Amino acid sequence: MPPAAPRSGDAIFASVERVNAELFTLTYGAIVRQLLTDLEEVEEVNKQLDQMGYNIGIRLIDEFLAKSNVSRCVDFKETAEMIAKVGFKMFLGVTASVMNWDADGTCCSIVLEDNPLVDFVELPDTCQGLYYCNILSGVIRGALEMVAMKTEVTWIRDMLRGDDAYELQVKLLKQVPEEYPYKDDE
Amino acid sequence: MIGVGKIKQYSNILEKPLSKGKQEVSLSAFAFLFSELVQYNQTRVDNIAELERRLEDAGYAVGARVLELLCHRDKGNRRETRLLGILSFVHSTVWKVLFGKVADSLEKGTEHEDEYMISEKDLLVNKYISIPKDMGTFNCGAFVAGIVRGVLDGAGFPAVVTAHFVPMEGLQRPRTTILIKFAEEVLQREARLG
Repeated sequence: MPPAAPRSGDAIFASVERVNAELFTLTYGAIVRQLLTDLEEVEEVNKQLDQMGYNIGIRLIDEFLAKSNVSRCVDFKETAEMIAKVGFKMFLGVTASVMNWDADGTCCSIVLEDNPLVDFVELPDTCQGLYYCNILSGVIRGALEMVAMKTEVTWIRDMLRGDDAYELQVKLLKQVPEEYPYKDDE
Repeated sequence: MIGVGKIKQYSNILEKPLSKGKQEVSLSAFAFLFSELVQYNQTRVDNIAELERRLEDAGYAVGARVLELLCHRDKGNRRETRLLGILSFVHSTVWKVLFGKVADSLEKGTEHEDEYMISEKDLLVNKYISIPKDMGTFNCGAFVAGIVRGVLDGAGFPAVVTAHFVPMEGLQRPRTTILIKFAEEVLQREARLG
């Protein structure tokens, strides 16, 4: 039986069960508020959001691979395209674009114009250091780590801080080849 | 030169037009997020009651905002003043917006005058959650109970809202019931209004 062709982000999003984005947005807001009340330090909240995103990412990648039927990506460029076009679409219903590739193809920016996490959100003066959507950087980092890529994900532009879009910089640190768990001669 | 349309920058968030509420995200994204909420809270508490309370508090904040949003967008800024009015608002409008369908049933409690129950066969938040035996009667529906409490409180109907599992014959998973117990003043006001 020939392997199924990879499905586009739109096709997958149309086939999965969906919920109202506002429930999602408000729940995320409740999480950030709880973290701010508990942890008080903005840096701690950023770290915790990243950790939560990481936990989500390591499980999300399984669902991504199962639903999207993609074959192994040839290089990091293809990986980034997959994340932006298929990944974001099938989970958040928004398309991102990839740009600003550096010379050796290990660092790029994923730009989101539309972000369901931040509807109705305004950062008060007391939380200016907060990366409100930091969960997304954790998700990408966690997901890529499960497919053998160690990456560093940072925010370049954040609309809640006055920029005009959301831009995440994804930098490939190294490829970690999967270790075969059993010794060959045993 | 073809210009790419840029998102119009609003200096004040209140000037931004309100979305129609039709945007969707995948259920799994919400399920992942909710599971992280529960897992995070598990690390911060020592017992089940605390955990339920924290989930309820998180839901309360959501409920207060949902009330504001829906009143403004769907009901033209009209307030419900009667008990049955607000209950049917929660049971139909709020449920429809948040979960995509109206709640399965709305019942009045038989034993107490001030109790009402909204039931749901398969609550969205509990869909991918299984409760380990040692957690007893813990129900993640506490989050939804918090949402309902937030809506009712914001609308001027203070109540105690809890979530319970009710095993049903013929159903593999128990039904979830949100039990609403209104405060004394609500019933008195309702009686005065006739």
